[in-house]
Amino acid sequence: MEIIIYGITNSISLALMAIGFSLTFGISGLPNFAHGAFYLLGGILTWIFLNQLGIPYLVAALLSILAIGAFGFFLYWGLMLRLRGLAINEVIATLAVAIVIIEVLRWMGFSGFSYVLPPFIRGSVNIGGVWVDNQRIVMVGIGAALIVVLYLFTRRTKTGLSFRAIAQNERTAIAVGIDPDWTAALSLAMGSGLAVVAGLAILPLGAIDTEMGYDILLYALAVGIIGGLESLPGALLGSFILGFSQILVATFLRAQWQTVVTLAAIVIILAIKPSGLLGKYKELEERV
Amino acid sequence: MAEGEKYRKERLDRGIKARSDTIYVLASSRDLLYLLMPRALPVALLILLPILLHGTYWEKVLFYSCIFGLLALSWDFMNSVGLVSLGQALFFGAGAYFAGALNHYLGWPIFLTIPAGTIGGALICTALLVPVVRLRGVYFSIVTLILPLLFAHLIETLEILGGTHGLLSLSAYPSGWIAIYLAVGALLLALFGFRKILDEDFGMILRGIRDDDRVVMAAGVNIYWYKAQSIFLAAAVGSFAGALMTHYYQFVGRSVLALDYTILPLAAVVLGGPGSFAGAALGSFILVPLSEALRAMGGLRMALYGLILIGALAALPEGIFHYLQRRYHQFERMVKV
Amino acid sequence: MTEDVILEVRRLTKTFGGIMAVCDVSLEVRRGEFVGIIGPNGSGKTTLINLITGFVKPTSGKVLYKGQDITGKPPYEIACLGIARTFQMARTLHKLPAFKNLIVPLCSPRVRKFRGGKYGERDDIAIDILDDLGFERDSFVPYKIAGTLPHGYLKRLDLARCIALRPELLILDELFSGMAMSEVAATLPMLEKFHREGLTIIMVEHRLRELFRVANRVMVMNFGQKIADGPPQKVMEMEEVQKAYLGTEVEE
Ligand SMILES: Nc1ncnc2c1ncn2[C@@H]1O[C@H](COP(=O)(O)OP(=O)(O)OP(=O)(O)O)[C@@H](O)[C@H]1O
Ligand SMILES: [Mg+2]
Repeated sequence: MEIIIYGITNSISLALMAIGFSLTFGISGLPNFAHGAFYLLGGILTWIFLNQLGIPYLVAALLSILAIGAFGFFLYWGLMLRLRGLAINEVIATLAVAIVIIEVLRWMGFSGFSYVLPPFIRGSVNIGGVWVDNQRIVMVGIGAALIVVLYLFTRRTKTGLSFRAIAQNERTAIAVGIDPDWTAALSLAMGSGLAVVAGLAILPLGAIDTEMGYDILLYALAVGIIGGLESLPGALLGSFILGFSQILVATFLRAQWQTVVTLAAIVIILAIKPSGLLGKYKELEERV
Repeated sequence: MAEGEKYRKERLDRGIKARSDTIYVLASSRDLLYLLMPRALPVALLILLPILLHGTYWEKVLFYSCIFGLLALSWDFMNSVGLVSLGQALFFGAGAYFAGALNHYLGWPIFLTIPAGTIGGALICTALLVPVVRLRGVYFSIVTLILPLLFAHLIETLEILGGTHGLLSLSAYPSGWIAIYLAVGALLLALFGFRKILDEDFGMILRGIRDDDRVVMAAGVNIYWYKAQSIFLAAAVGSFAGALMTHYYQFVGRSVLALDYTILPLAAVVLGGPGSFAGAALGSFILVPLSEALRAMGGLRMALYGLILIGALAALPEGIFHYLQRRYHQFERMVKV
Repeated sequence: MTEDVILEVRRLTKTFGGIMAVCDVSLEVRRGEFVGIIGPNGSGKTTLINLITGFVKPTSGKVLYKGQDITGKPPYEIACLGIARTFQMARTLHKLPAFKNLIVPLCSPRVRKFRGGKYGERDDIAIDILDDLGFERDSFVPYKIAGTLPHGYLKRLDLARCIALRPELLILDELFSGMAMSEVAATLPMLEKFHREGLTIIMVEHRLRELFRVANRVMVMNFGQKIADGPPQKVMEMEEVQKAYLGTEVEE
């Protein structure tokens, strides 16, 4: 029972971490290696708004989501646009952005027990003999809601449809009047905003630690790669596989094995089935 | 410039460089000097520097510059085959641990551990990367980014190879001269060796793979075999740097697998200019002393490398070396339109 | 099965997602034949070539080369057996000088078997081959970076790369598309010469007049299926073929 409940909450939290990354990559092919840094920065920004400026929690949260989203948007226009086309420069550049953010935050000392975001609802409930924090339930709720909203967004709204159009065939999409740069910038903004949403849902479970900036990126990569980097159902499948295996490993071996399993999963999946378990892009790869 | 008149920059080639890249027409000893200078001068300087800096703090900086220079060269070599590594730390760490373990557990002397660490580390890295050599672009890079982290965690979790404490009190170099000249010699060898390789027929295949691997396959060449060979060469250079450093510190720990050994070489290549090897070396000789000078910044140094990376990517994508090279070979002057 | 069948394609099928790009196609090519493949855009000609040369793995079916099953082999192994192909979009190593493009096939295990291939010698062989195909050795053209050459040269460079491999079977994917009339007129006799010297050629082409001058057999594809196979004149008189082409192809 414990394994099931922890497995589910852990999987949803992984899905939350990964969803922004997968969204951006799926739409514009932009691997945002600063994803984890945005997650961290969003959390710390909220903390500052909350504790040093005395802004109410909800407002502080919204402000940070918007701020990081805007940062993502301008990062695209300011930097990524100059490098577009060379996938690897994008990786190097976003990784560099991540390092700058994380290392500066580390240097400023945003780590440890005094940096805690309060949970949305205190207390815990008993589910089938296991005590679960209310925050975890809220987190599962946010995760589930987000997945539904994103699904509807990409299928029902005009912006969402243009996202999918770009993802499927950039040239045809341009021909019918979709601006790829605008879409890509928007996707990066949304992905960055989602990183903060994830941070706000998950961070209240523990103290903020700057090392998370790197860890979250790895988790997002792992989830995406296991499931297939460009598909939403894939991301979901990936997070459940990874979520449960982490919990199983932590229960039967030691907690340290969690990271090893995560990292090994990335390497093994890439060596065996690079398109991920649900990815179909390998088949439709570049035409000869 | 007078107002109202328009000027534009005009670039002129200096006389002697013939159009085709392989043929030079030398007319005088001055021309010869012109060609030789940019090669001979840095080499002479590198050979003299250990003597000039002997006994000072900067001797150590020179050593580090060579170590990171080797890692940067190894990155640039992989890049010229179209393999973009985000894990030079893997090569470095493999060599460092291999040499360190042989010295610690089996008591092998330095003159055996360093060659063994080079070959052994390179073999391990090649074996690890060959299964993913089919991956395109970003995916290969992700694997290289993950592998050193994975090994750092494995060493910690399994408590092997000294676990979190590392392997201590390894053999030291009998003399400081040996360490520094090994580093300088290896740097020059790798620099000119890699340049030579890429000019050979073998190098044509490597460059071809980077251009369009399908064409190379259609020409009947097994690209995976060639990629494996180039990974081995690059890994050997990186592992050599690791083995060299291990005995310099007389210690090897998980820090050899840290992101530093990935980011600094990467920043060096991007700053110096990828594709020429000279740029990679130049970049390290700028960045390492710079970061030593900014020692006081402590933890912020990583952030600084990040900033340099971003700045170089955005502002000077060709890199300093290519910029200087162009300046050397061409005049620029203003002409009236 | 007789000795002189060089290539046999057995019921080859390939689907991409829901699209049937090649559907149950069979084909036999004899040594020394010059076979044309024609069909409207998107009828699966390029995919068929990719299947034969190993760039795409078939959903079902088999490819036999000189009696040997080569289905699913990697492209470089197939190339080394003696099947060379050009690409529809003329792919070259555009950062290398044109003649250095040929170093790659000249370094392949197949060509090494033929000659010692010492260093330096390969450059001369490369220039010889290019000279035959209109890259005059005394001009700058063969030494220029491939990416800077005009389209017609790139197409011929692609062909030269195939010739350097000393193939037994040459597959050309729309070699003439995008070439100037004069270039076509110069290249066609070269192909005829290679053919006379014993090379088997399969040629996908939209320029039917040129194709019919050289091909002694034509296969027609439509919607992934083979709809006709035979001598050019006969095939073009068939009703299905005319239907397939009506409105989709403007004859020159
Ligand atoms: N890699 C691929 N992924 C998805 N669909 C593909 C792929 N390659 C080809 N197709 C589809 O398969 C069909 C056949 O394409 P193919 O390129 O073989 O046609 P073709 O006869 O060569 O056309 P053309 O005369 O324009 O060159 C087309 O509908 C094409 O869209
Ligand atoms: Mg075609």
